[in-house]
Amino acid sequence: MKLLKAPLFWLIVGVTAIFALLPLLSNNITLRETLVLSAIYIILAANLNLMIGYTGYVNFGSIVFFGLGGYLTLWLVGSHHWGLYSAVLVAGVSVSALAFLLGIGILRLRGAYFALATIGVNEAVKDFVSNFDVWGGSEGIFLPFTAYKAMGGAGKALWTVYLLIVLVMGSSLLLSLAVRRSKFGLGLFAIREDEDAAVVLGVKAPLYKTLAYSLSAFLPAIAGGLYFFKNGSVVPEEAFNLNLSIEAIVMVMLGGQGTVTGPTIGAFLYERLRGMLLTIPGLSNFHMVIAGVLLLLIILFAPGGLMGWLYRIWPRLRRVLE
Amino acid sequence: MKPAILEVRNVTKAFGGLIAVKDVSLTQYQGEILGLIGPNGAGKTTLFNVINGVYKPTSGEVIFEGQKISGLPPYEVVRRGLARTHQIVKPLNEMTVLENVTVGACFGPQNLPLEAAQEVAAEVIEFTGLGKYADVLAGKLNIALKKRLEVARALAAKPRLLLLDEVLAGLNPSEVAKMLDVIRAIRDQGISILMIEHIMQAIMSLSDRIVVLNFGEKLAEGSPDEVANDPQVIEAYLGDPEMAKRILEEEEA
Repeated sequence: MKLLKAPLFWLIVGVTAIFALLPLLSNNITLRETLVLSAIYIILAANLNLMIGYTGYVNFGSIVFFGLGGYLTLWLVGSHHWGLYSAVLVAGVSVSALAFLLGIGILRLRGAYFALATIGVNEAVKDFVSNFDVWGGSEGIFLPFTAYKAMGGAGKALWTVYLLIVLVMGSSLLLSLAVRRSKFGLGLFAIREDEDAAVVLGVKAPLYKTLAYSLSAFLPAIAGGLYFFKNGSVVPEEAFNLNLSIEAIVMVMLGGQGTVTGPTIGAFLYERLRGMLLTIPGLSNFHMVIAGVLLLLIILFAPGGLMGWLYRIWPRLRRVLE
Repeated sequence: MKPAILEVRNVTKAFGGLIAVKDVSLTQYQGEILGLIGPNGAGKTTLFNVINGVYKPTSGEVIFEGQKISGLPPYEVVRRGLARTHQIVKPLNEMTVLENVTVGACFGPQNLPLEAAQEVAAEVIEFTGLGKYADVLAGKLNIALKKRLEVARALAAKPRLLLLDEVLAGLNPSEVAKMLDVIRAIRDQGISILMIEHIMQAIMSLSDRIVVLNFGEKLAEGSPDEVANDPQVIEAYLGDPEMAKRILEEEEA
């Protein structure tokens, strides 16, 4: 396979291995909990990038996939005693299928109208779930402690789930790389640059956009399942947190939309920054202010983000980091 | 007579109360260059948009190689072997020239996989004289090169019929000459061409036949000579030649 020859492929494998091994070998739980958040952010940013960066459609409500994945997983594990693996897989496939159906409708909209519709989707799902008794309504779902028993107790289960989240992170990055180098990706880029021209050139834009939207839902849904399983509970406010959706956009823009490397770096840097701001006393939620200012500055002065800026001063980098 | 490749049958296109194209019929034969001329606002580009599926005709139909294509979306039309360029260029700005042309090759009638499409694109880029710009971002090209990129992209689909919408407009004389060479070379590959053009010398020398549109209706059709000497056509472009004479006579009387 040609992908195996790409330097970036091995870089992704390397980074994923570091994420997995660093806390595991030192048996450092604090480090693990820091990295798990980074990994989740990277997953959200990388998959959101398939829409924003590749297809040119700004999805403000990408968190809905993450939240639904979490709900489905906890419901299957908690109420139906499924194993974690089959539960997250079913959650991923179902959310992806739902996104496909939804996409057929809302992807007829373009630009700001699409962005508004995606906010609507998230809020509508949040309201629905808040009133959906099967899923605990506004109180959400709590996993009984016995759910971890099948995985060798809570301590061991948390390590397993951590490694799975890192695996999903690696898969997200490889997916970004594979799509970027594929015919499908070329079609998406053409849609991003000029949808009307792309259609005239033969790109089946309605299908391609919908597939991209559906694809960008799959891994975040699995990640949501793993993340909320690890937490042991899921409530509507946390699952469908619009703030996190917007922060994911900041991560993508900060690193550089449309690149494979950019959103990863953006997500990592943003997580560090957020962590720092959260520990300063008296500044709770100050990170949202920083996020807003950051987004404004990027859009105004560096629309290509960090990678766009790096490519400009060092064009040869484009071939290695894509 | 060669078989028809494209038949436009009684096509009308209305936007609300405005009738942009009214009951136009035309036939293009295989291997021929058919010129489409007419004053500004005559409905030429609208007719192109109906032919390649950007618009659905209000009534009438478009037949390509014996099959009805009106009503199909543009991506289906191009897959059947009918490609076009845009009067107002639509480069994919943040993609290189090679990537732009690869899109054309990838999603055309041959439906090529990516690598084969890149090879075709590289050939077409050489053929259209864009070779040294292959790795340049399309947005950075000047207008003459963007026009050539439009042609290259359409050509990469390996169409059997190519619609060219004012590919010469805005070019200087030496650029026009280069583009004319490209168009002749395309025809020599056996590709039929339907072209809109305002530069009369160019279209008169290139076209086998010419169709004239005026206010959305077909005014005349024939060889370049016949069309150039048609009094109705002269009137559409220059006004009534007899009018000055009549006014003079009236004033004298």
